[in-house]
Formats: sequence, structure tokens, C-alpha cells
Amino acid sequence: MSNREEKVLQISGVNPRKCMKCGKCSASCPSYDEMDIKPHQFVSYVLNGRTKALAESKSVEKCLACFACVERCPRNVEPAKIIDAARQLNVRQRYGDTLSANDIPSLIDEDTPQQLLVSAFRKYKR
Amino acid sequence: MALKYSYYPGCTLKNKAKSLDITARKCASALGFELEEIENWQCCGGVYPLGSDEIATKLSSVRALDYAKSKSQKLVTLCSACHHVIKRVNDDMKNVPDTRMRANNYLKLDTPYCGETQVLHYLEVLRDEIGFDNIAKAVKNPLKGVKIGAYYGCMLLRPSKIMEFDNPENPQIMEDFIKALGAQSVIFPYRNECCGGHVALKSPESAQKLSGKVTRSAEGFGADMLITACPLCLYNLNKNSQSDIPVYYFTELLAKALGIDSEE
Ligand code: SF4
Ligand code: SF4
Repeated sequence: MSNREEKVLQISGVNPRKCMKCGKCSASCPSYDEMDIKPHQFVSYVLNGRTKALAESKSVEKCLACFACVERCPRNVEPAKIIDAARQLNVRQRYGDTLSANDIPSLIDEDTPQQLLVSAFRKYKR
Repeated sequence: MALKYSYYPGCTLKNKAKSLDITARKCASALGFELEEIENWQCCGGVYPLGSDEIATKLSSVRALDYAKSKSQKLVTLCSACHHVIKRVNDDMKNVPDTRMRANNYLKLDTPYCGETQVLHYLEVLRDEIGFDNIAKAVKNPLKGVKIGAYYGCMLLRPSKIMEFDNPENPQIMEDFIKALGAQSVIFPYRNECCGGHVALKSPESAQKLSGKVTRSAEGFGADMLITACPLCLYNLNKNSQSDIPVYYFTELLAKALGIDSEE
């Protein structure tokens, strides 16, 4: 297992071998249609040494952190933690941020809650 | 003696969601409990840090929790996101030895914090400490004939093993709340589905799709209005769902039913 795979497992704390490929996570995922790599595939990407592809996938920014997959997984795998760890591989790199304070004025309106800004900065910026 | 709680308002309740804060405080005093704002509270960060090695992003929650512990009070939240973050960090401090040790090493408190504080959402205070039957008795203007859909969203319910808020697939606390106000509750399938959350900032089209499903589901089942505890849900349902269904904070309706003026 390469460094990158180990890092994702360490950050996420997930044991990928618990997954039995039932697909319940993907069936529950409200972002399923918009993800190129689906929740039930997250663990196999890590086990098969394709974490780089996972980190570069659209799924990283499409995960809503809604925890439907975590709630419904019968094996307590917590797939949301894997995709979040892949996201962290990105933002923990130099120049890995995908949101800067300069972008904000064009993204907000008069009702944008502070909660949206702090959450987005937590997700898109180191 | 009135029940007193340590109260964590969070950033949004001091700004775009002022009415959630104001009506909650006013209703609390009408119902005989007091929210004492935690001194120098800091932003919870809005999303729970999922990385098992993250410490710095959890410290603001630990400080708030330790403050409540020092006053021997329960900690009360209103915003669903603050509640989610603080409740989960508290669980880490109680049950994850590595996080507990590293957070305490950093904070150097007189006594280490080990998850002692009980975290309650305002709705849980109403249900478990005041009682919905007592709230029904305090109602002056019953919301007769109004059909209200309770929108739970994600953060209060999941993961249910940690949040321990209600049945994550078939919750009823907000429906019971609605009934206590004299209104009629409308159960609709998307009440615990995601509104789009933080993705709304960079991908409003995703939030439009998701929040649109929520409002269409509620309207289809005959709701006149929706209630929520979350400022971001309220924003997505108002701005992104492309529906005109009114959305209120649950405390705004509580204030109305209790006959409280909700102005500042
Ligand atoms: S629900 Fe759990 S066990 Fe089933 S495929 Fe998803 S991660 Fe694997
Ligand atoms: S947490 Fe992410 S991956 Fe899991 S169901 Fe929600 S959107 Fe899908």
C-alpha cells in the first residue's frame, strides 16, 4: 500500500475490509447522480491503489456531508469519511485550496448565512 | 428557581438568523428557563471535522463545553450545525482517547475535559425538560388549522448513534412540537433529506435540485409552511428551491403561539 492510501485510511479511520459491497450507501446518497465515483466504490479505490483518482474525482466536492451513507451502512464503514479524507489530501497540499476570500463577493447575496461561509471555508480551504 | 443553561448561539444567530436567537430567548423566559450565553464563545466551524487526526478545528467546541462544565450547566444549542459539531466533538472527548489526550494537552485546563457536559438542542429542552404538554398549556394563540411540515434535514438526526436526537428515519419530535402549538403536522418523505448544505456556495445548481425536491415533497403532501432549526436549510429552501412556500424558524412559531412579540 502506498503512502497516499495509508494516509487516507489514517485520516478517515475507516477499515475498508468491512465493506460487503451491498450498495446501500450509494442508494441513499442524494448526490449519487452528480458523483463520478459512487459511495460504494470509495473503499475499493483505496484498496486498489487508486486514491489519486478518488482525490481528483468530482465526488470530493459533491459530497454534502449529509451522513445518509453513514447512517444506513449495515457494516458501519462510514464511506463519507473516506471521501472527506480524499478531500483533505487535496487541501492539505500547498496550493490545494479551492476557495479564496476573493471569490466570496461574487458568490453571496444579502441573505447568505455566515454558516454557509464558514462551512465552505472548512471544506475548500486548509 | 428558573432552570439555567449555558447557551451557545453561534455566528449566524448573531447576524442573518437573529430572529432565531431572539425568539428562542423570549420563549425561554416565558416558559421558565434561562439561556445564559457562554462568554467568549468561538465559531464551531459549521461542519464537523471528520478527519480522525484533526484537533485544532475541535477546540472551540471543547472550550464551550468546558465552560458549561465549570458552571455545572447543560449546554444548549439552536442552530442544527452548531449542535451537530458540538455534540460530536463532545462524543470524541468522551470516547476517543487520542482526541481527548491531544485536545487536553493543547488546552492545559486545570482539570482535563472528558466529555462531562450534556449537550441539548433547544427542541430537546422543550421535549425532555419542559414537556410538550406544558408547552401546550402555555399556548395563548393556538395555530388552529395551519398545516406545518417539519423539515429536519441532516445535522440533527445523523449519525443517530452519536446525535441520539430521534429516530433518524421516522423522527417525531418536531411533529409533537407542532401539535403542542395547536397546528396540524404534515409528514412528507423528504423531511430528513439534504437541502444541499455547504455545496450551495459553489454549486447553487446542486442546491436547487436538492432543496427543490424537499419543497415539492412538502407541498405535494399539503403543507402550508415549513419549519426548521437551521439557518442554512432556511436559506436553501428560500433561495434555491424555486418555491414560495414560507419557511420559518421553529421558535418564530413558538413565539407566535405563546403570544410573544418577536421584535428585538
Ligand atoms: S453501505 Fe457500507 S457495506 Fe454497503 S457498500 Fe456501502 S460502505 Fe459497503
Ligand atoms: S455523506 Fe456524502 S457520500 Fe454520504 S450519502 Fe451524503 S452526499 Fe453521499
